[in-house]
Amino acid sequence: MTERAAAVPLADRGYLTERGFRAWATTLDHKRIGVMYLFTTLFFFLVGGLFAIVIRLKLMTPGPGFISDHTYNVFFTIHGALMIFIFVIPAIPSSLGNFFIPLLIGARDVAFPRLNLFSYWLFVAGICVVFGSLLNPMDTGWTFYAPYSTRTAAAVTVLAFGLFMTGMSTILTGLNFVVTIHKLRAPGMTWYRMPLFIWAMYATSIINVLATPVIGITFLLLAAERLFGIGFFDPAKGGDPLLFQHFFWFYSHPVVYVMILPAMGIISEVIPVFARKPIFGYKAIAYSALAIAFISFLVWGHHMFVSGMSTVAGVIFSFLTFFVAVPTGIKIFNWIATLYKGSIHLDSPMLYALTFIFHFIIGGLTGMFLGALGTDVHVHDTYFLVGHFHYTIMGGTIMGLFAGLHYWFPKMTGRLLDELRAKLAWLFIIVGFNVTFFPMFILGYLGMPRRYAEYPPRFQTLHIVSTVGSWVLTIGIAIMFLNFLRCMRKGQPAPANPWRALTLEWQTASPPATDNFETIPTVTTWPYGYGKKGDAGE
Amino acid sequence: MPALTFLHGEASRSAGEVDGAFIFIAAICIFFFLLTQGFLIYFALRYRRKKGEPDVETPYITDNHTLETVWVIVPSLLLLAIFAYGYVVFIDLKSPLAHATEIAVTAQQWQWSFTYPDGRTVVGELRLPVGRPVKLTMTSRDVIHGFFIPAYRQKQDVLPGRYTYLWLEPDRVGSYDIFCSQYCGTGHSLMRATLVVMPAAAYAQWVEQQEAKARQAKAGTEPLAEKGEELMEQSGCLGCHTVDGTPKVGPTLKGLYGKSVPLSTGQSVTADDDYIRESIVDPNAKIVKGFPPIMPTFRGKLSADDIRAIIAYLKTLH
Repeated sequence: MTERAAAVPLADRGYLTERGFRAWATTLDHKRIGVMYLFTTLFFFLVGGLFAIVIRLKLMTPGPGFISDHTYNVFFTIHGALMIFIFVIPAIPSSLGNFFIPLLIGARDVAFPRLNLFSYWLFVAGICVVFGSLLNPMDTGWTFYAPYSTRTAAAVTVLAFGLFMTGMSTILTGLNFVVTIHKLRAPGMTWYRMPLFIWAMYATSIINVLATPVIGITFLLLAAERLFGIGFFDPAKGGDPLLFQHFFWFYSHPVVYVMILPAMGIISEVIPVFARKPIFGYKAIAYSALAIAFISFLVWGHHMFVSGMSTVAGVIFSFLTFFVAVPTGIKIFNWIATLYKGSIHLDSPMLYALTFIFHFIIGGLTGMFLGALGTDVHVHDTYFLVGHFHYTIMGGTIMGLFAGLHYWFPKMTGRLLDELRAKLAWLFIIVGFNVTFFPMFILGYLGMPRRYAEYPPRFQTLHIVSTVGSWVLTIGIAIMFLNFLRCMRKGQPAPANPWRALTLEWQTASPPATDNFETIPTVTTWPYGYGKKGDAGE
Repeated sequence: MPALTFLHGEASRSAGEVDGAFIFIAAICIFFFLLTQGFLIYFALRYRRKKGEPDVETPYITDNHTLETVWVIVPSLLLLAIFAYGYVVFIDLKSPLAHATEIAVTAQQWQWSFTYPDGRTVVGELRLPVGRPVKLTMTSRDVIHGFFIPAYRQKQDVLPGRYTYLWLEPDRVGSYDIFCSQYCGTGHSLMRATLVVMPAAAYAQWVEQQEAKARQAKAGTEPLAEKGEELMEQSGCLGCHTVDGTPKVGPTLKGLYGKSVPLSTGQSVTADDDYIRESIVDPNAKIVKGFPPIMPTFRGKLSADDIRAIIAYLKTLH
C-alpha cells in the first residue's frame, strides 16, 4: 500500500476560509449554518440507522430475542422519533435549503441571518433535551398516541419539550425562507424564473409555518395532562383519545409533504441538468407543489379509518386523499417527459434522482391501498404501511437528499466526489433498500402487525430476507459516507460549474465566497434553457 | 370474486370482498407501474450518453398541454373508481348484520376477553359457531388497542371510555389469529387471541360444558385451586405470566410458591403467602430482578377470598 499523493489544496477556500470553533458557532453566513445543519442531521441519520439495524436483527427470530420486548419498543420509538423529527424534517430544508436558497435566487444571505443562527442553536438545544429523555427512554412509538403516552412511566414530558424546541426552530427557519424568497430575489428573477427547488422550498416553508404550531400545542397539552392531570386525552380523566390523533395528524400529515417536497425540488433541478433538456411542464410542477401543500391540510383523517372516527368522516377523508395523488402524478409525468429525447448523463446525482422516481412510484401506488377505505381496514397498522412509508420517505426523500448531496458536493466543498465509489454505493443502496422493504408489502398483506417485538413463526422467512437486505443497505450507506469524508479533504478541486448547469449557484466560485456573488447577477431568462430552441418546440 | 387464496385463506365473506378491492386496485397500480417505470427506464437507457461523448443536441420541448390534460383526467377518473370501490366495501364491512349474536370484547394490557350473552367470560379465545353472524361490542380498560383478524381482513381500534363495533360472518370452520394492531406497551406483540370457528353441534356441546362449570362455581362447590385458576384467567394474569416455566412480560408463576425470588434491589425474598398478596395489591413494592415495573394493581379488583384462591392455585404449580 503506497500512500496516495497529497490532496491538492484549494486555490480559494471561499466561505470555508475562516477556521475554528468560534468562527463556525457564531457565523451568520447561511452557507456555514447550512453545513452545520447538514452535519448535525446526517449524524442523527446514522444514529437512527443503527437503531434500525438492531431492530432488524431482533426480527430475525420470532420469539424473545437478544433484547427484551421493552427494549425493542424503546428502540423503534427512538428510531422513529430521531429519523422523523431530528433528521428527515430538517434534513433538506434546513441544510441544503439554507445553503442554496440565497445562492439560487441570487442573494447574499437569507433575510434574517441572526434568526437563522438562533434557529440552529435552538435546534441543537432541543436535541440536547430530547437526549435528556433517554435517561428514562420513550416507549410510545413516534406517534405518542394517548392515553398510553399520558400513562407510561417514560419521560414523555421531557421529550415533548425537546421536540417543542426543534419545532420552534423549524417555524423560524420557515419564516426566514418565506421572507427571503419574497424579498431577496435578484433583479429580473420573476416568480416564473425561479428554480423549482425554490418553489418546493416555498411550499415547504408555508407548511412548516402553519402546521408546526399545532404539534407544539399538542405537546404542551400532553405535558399538561401528564404534569397537572388535566384530562385532554385520557377518558379516565374526561378526555378524548381521538382528539389527540386529530391534533397529531393535523400536523403529521402535512409534515410528510414537508419531508417529500424539498426532495421533489432537488429532483426537478437535477433531471434537466443531466438530461440537457428544459424541464417539462415548469408551471405544472411549480403549482403542483403549492397544490400538494394546500391539500395536505385536508387529508389527515386517512390515518384514522379504523380508529373509531365516524364512518362519514372516513368517507370524506378518503375522497379528499385521492386529490393529493393528482398533483403528485403530474410531477412524475413531467420528470419522465423531461427525459424524452434528452442527452442523458448517468452521473451519481442523476442515478439517485432516477432512483427517487422509481421508489416514489412504488410508494405512491401502494398508497392507493391505504387511501381506499375497504383495503385500508386490512393493511392499516401492518407492515404494508411500514413498507409504504419507507418507500416514500427512505426510498424517496432520502434518495432525493442523496441526489442533492452528490449534485451540490462540488459547490459546497470545492472538491469533486469519487464517481466510481459513488456509483458502487448507489448499487448497494438500491439493491439493499428494495430487498429490505419490498417484502414488507407481502408481510403486511399476510397480516403481520407493525411494532411487534415477537411474531408468529410463519412470518419469519420474509423477516429474514428483509434483515439481510438491511445489511446490504448499510454497506452502501457506509461506502457513500466514507466517499464524502474522503473527498471533502482529498477530492480533485472542482471547477465553478462541473455539471454545466444554468442555475445561479453554479455561476459563482466553488466553494462560493462569503457574500456569494462578486456582483449580484441580473436574471433575464428561466434557468432551464437547455437544448436547441425552435427544434420541435412546444 | 377471485380471492387471493394462494396467499392466505378466505375465511369469511368480508375477506372475499376486501380481496376483490385489492385485486381491482392492484390491476390499476400494476398498469401504471409498468407504464411509468417502463418509460423511466426506457428513456434513461435509450437517450443515455456516455462520459466523454459530446452532447447530442436536444430539442427544446417545454410543455404539452394535451398530454398533461390527459394525464390529469384519466388517472383522476381511475382514482375516483378506486375511491368508490373502497367506499362500497367499507360501508359493507360497517353495516350491521341482521340477527347477529352480541359478544362483548374487553381489551386490556395485554389480553383479550370475550363475554358471551349468557354472562360467561373467556380470556384469549373467541369461540363461534360457523355460519351465524356476530356483533362484537368492544371497549378497553386502559389504553387504545386494535382488534385485527387478518383472515377476515377486519380491523377496528378498541378505545377506553367508548364502544366500537365489528360485525363478523364466520363462514369456515377453523382457527384464526386475533392480533392487537394498535401499539399498547411492553406486551403489545403478545396480545394475541384465537378465533375458533366450530361446527354448530360442537359449539353447543362446548357451551353446555362451560355453563355446567359456571353453575358449579356459583354453588360454591368448586375446589379453591380451580377457582383460583379461573380468577387468574379472568383477571388477565396470564397475559403477562405463564404457568409453564417460560418468562413472558412478567416472570413465570411455575414453581413460584415457596421459592426465593431475586429482587431488583439485589436482595431476595421468599415467595410466601404474604409476598404474593403484596405483589397483587401493590405490585411495585418489590420488583423481580430483570423485569420492568409495569404491573397494574389489583387492589379493589380481587377480594381477600379471591387472592386466597389464587395462592391455592399457585401452590399446585410445581
